[in-house]
Amino acid sequence: MNGLSFDVAHLLAGGLVLISFMMLYQDRLYSLLNIFAMQAVVLALAVAWQAFVQDAPHLYVTALIALVLKAIIIPVALHRTIERLGIHREVETVVGIGLTMLAGIGLVALSLLLMLRVTIGVDALAREDLSFALCVVLLGLLMMVTRRNAVSQIVGFMSLENGLVLAATGAKGMPLVVEISVAFSVLVAFIVIGVFLFRIRERFDTVDVGALHRSRGDSE
Amino acid sequence: MSGAAIEMSAVLALLGVAVLALVLSRREQATAIVYGATLVISVIALGNAAMRLIGDPAGVSDLVLPFGLPWLGAHFHLDALAGFFLVVINLGGAIASLYALGYGRHESAPHRVLPFFPAFLAGMNMVVMAADAFSFLFSWEFMSLVSWALVMSHHREADNARAGYVYLVMASLGTLALLLAFGLLAGPQGAYGFAAIKAGTHDPAISALVLALMLLGAGSKAGLVPLHVWLPLAHPAAPSHVSALMSGVMTKVAVYAFIRVVFDLIGQTSWWMSAVILLLGGITAVLGILQAMLEKDLKRLLAYSTIENIGIIFVGLGLALAFRGSGMGVAAALAFTGALFHVVNHSLFKSLLFMGAGAVLTATGERDMEKLGGLIHRMPQTSLAFLAGCLAISALPPLNGFVSEWLAFQAVLQSPQLPDWGLKILVPAIGGLMALTAALVAATFVKTLGIAFLGRPRSEAAERAKEVDMFSLTALFLLAGLCLIGGILPGLVIDALQPLSQALVGSRLPLQSAEPWLSIAPIAETRSSYDGMLVFVFIAVSAAAAAYLIHRLASRAVRRGPAWGCGFPEYSPVAQYSGASFAQPIRRIFATLVLGASETVTMPPPGDTAPARLTVVVVDPIWTKLYLPVTGAIGWTAERLNRLQFLTIRQYLSLVFGALITLLLVLALWP
Repeated sequence: MNGLSFDVAHLLAGGLVLISFMMLYQDRLYSLLNIFAMQAVVLALAVAWQAFVQDAPHLYVTALIALVLKAIIIPVALHRTIERLGIHREVETVVGIGLTMLAGIGLVALSLLLMLRVTIGVDALAREDLSFALCVVLLGLLMMVTRRNAVSQIVGFMSLENGLVLAATGAKGMPLVVEISVAFSVLVAFIVIGVFLFRIRERFDTVDVGALHRSRGDSE
Repeated sequence: MSGAAIEMSAVLALLGVAVLALVLSRREQATAIVYGATLVISVIALGNAAMRLIGDPAGVSDLVLPFGLPWLGAHFHLDALAGFFLVVINLGGAIASLYALGYGRHESAPHRVLPFFPAFLAGMNMVVMAADAFSFLFSWEFMSLVSWALVMSHHREADNARAGYVYLVMASLGTLALLLAFGLLAGPQGAYGFAAIKAGTHDPAISALVLALMLLGAGSKAGLVPLHVWLPLAHPAAPSHVSALMSGVMTKVAVYAFIRVVFDLIGQTSWWMSAVILLLGGITAVLGILQAMLEKDLKRLLAYSTIENIGIIFVGLGLALAFRGSGMGVAAALAFTGALFHVVNHSLFKSLLFMGAGAVLTATGERDMEKLGGLIHRMPQTSLAFLAGCLAISALPPLNGFVSEWLAFQAVLQSPQLPDWGLKILVPAIGGLMALTAALVAATFVKTLGIAFLGRPRSEAAERAKEVDMFSLTALFLLAGLCLIGGILPGLVIDALQPLSQALVGSRLPLQSAEPWLSIAPIAETRSSYDGMLVFVFIAVSAAAAAYLIHRLASRAVRRGPAWGCGFPEYSPVAQYSGASFAQPIRRIFATLVLGASETVTMPPPGDTAPARLTVVVVDPIWTKLYLPVTGAIGWTAERLNRLQFLTIRQYLSLVFGALITLLLVLALWP
């Protein structure tokens, strides 16, 4: 049983990292959103599995929050936003996709190297979980840095948040309050950024962050 | 109620008055109410501290209040050292309040002064009472900020804004140094209570570092060279009773901080540390008084003279440290007593002089001495009190300034017995600097009194001056009287200081009240003794006899004729001897080298009837050589870093990302 629970947790967490990589090379907004929803589903599965393994029923609530909020509400809302803004065009990446992927591989190597070294003596499940969580966080950051479009920056931010939830549930005894607050902070961030998007749109007729800089008199 | 509880209630009451002043400040009677209240509270606090110091000097009363750091609380204590400084603070506070009852009525913007004055007193009391690092730093910063607000009370006047800015920067630097010093003292286990710090042992390297930080932190507040630049700007900018408190009392709070940490908390120190303190003290004394000599602004002159007195106090403390480290107990007690006695004395006569300057300011609206003159006829009582202050600060017997400097010189004379050769050579050299200082002080105050109060008025304002109100005069004469009592009965003060000496340098002087005829003999009567009463009686009798004889024999033969006008046919007040001309010889001898003073004479071409001009430029080399390069470097860097303000969102994110990755890499590659 122990071996099986470890393998499943490993599989799900690894799946999260893999989906992060998939997001890195998506250059269309709709598919990016779909993959983000997929990541949220996998996250909900991973959390639920942790709830089952740790015998901690409150984690099921967390899983449910992740599923409803991140896999359904936010992607749908963003989908409609994109529709209303009418930006179905390609995602502009600042750095080439190949280079981004290479950087992502480097980040994964770094976080594995670091986490496995730092957490010597900790239970193997938590160890794997933490290193994968750091991978997801770093890949989310990488996405925020390499994208120019505000929507994909939001998606990067929320995939970063997914990594945090994974780390939080991997550690035993994390109180539910913390997870709920994390979930709500994401929601708030989403609302704020959503409102912000429309403001940008009203003013500049584009959601390209570069337009903001031009209006400020900077040159990108 | 324990002593500490009474003191903290006084602090609370002062803070209450500050809040009340905030509400009342625009009313007519606010001045009388606020200063009356601070007067009463200060007298109560003074009485409590004095009772503690005289009645039960060895006792410590503690008080823990439930705020501050959650696991620490706020500790306050009242021991002999704190009691002594509380006496100094509250005596100064009480007399400043009394003075302000009259002086404050002339204040143009009372709502900028009234709320902060009681808060300032409360802050100084709190610093001295604090018994853990957190409460200490909090109180210290509170005191700094409130005094900054007082400095800025006339913020529209030219230079005051700059004074406030320089003060704020220096105060932040000082607090930073104190913060680091306490961090080092607390050590990795975080023992922030003074009792815990004292109980622990400190590595010699840590002790040296803490001493350096204390010189920076307390020294910047006290005005040690080269951290003195803010003091002559900020102290005169405040209203005069606040200047008196800042110069007379707040610098002493800094001295308290230094003594508390270096003598009480660090423990043993090595000899070269005292050498550093001695050198800094000696240089501070000479530079301070030289700049005072060249100054023509009355209040700024007094501020420079504060720097000089702080130098003398630090020389005394350095000597005490040197003697204590060499196991010479009585000599250490002598030097320490001298330094503390000078703390009291300076707080008295510097308050007196600043309040006198305030009285002159009220009467004439002038701070520039070259526009004063002849005030002794228009303000005879103020002039008399100011004269007493000048005599006291010039260390003339039978006033108090003489006693403390005499004690300091007695301590210098103990130096041949020091085992260490470095100190054996250094201490007499410092003694030489102090002797030079003493002479320059006398010259400076001859100039101050002579130019501002004697001669003929140099401006219309000085001519129309009127004597100030009774409250101010009472305060002035109270201080002058205390200066005289301190000089005539020094044994009382010395005896009261011995418990402190016992606690901090480990030995005490013999009981002075046992000496016959009110004389004092700090080491042994065969070596040296001084009797202030005898000198006073002698001076009084001989002066009276001389006056009587002159009046009797010479006044009859008075011949009235035209005064000698120094060769000027038309004798106008402008042609009088001026402060600058009085200072010229000293400026040429000393200041040319030390302060870069230079004079240029511009002669009109032949045939031109324009007057010739003599321009004198004095620059503080510390400002140009030390401070300007630092500000220049900061400005240069800031300009380069300014680019960071105009990056794109993505670039900022990249910076964060880069920093994170770098930190993770360091962590991963760390061996």
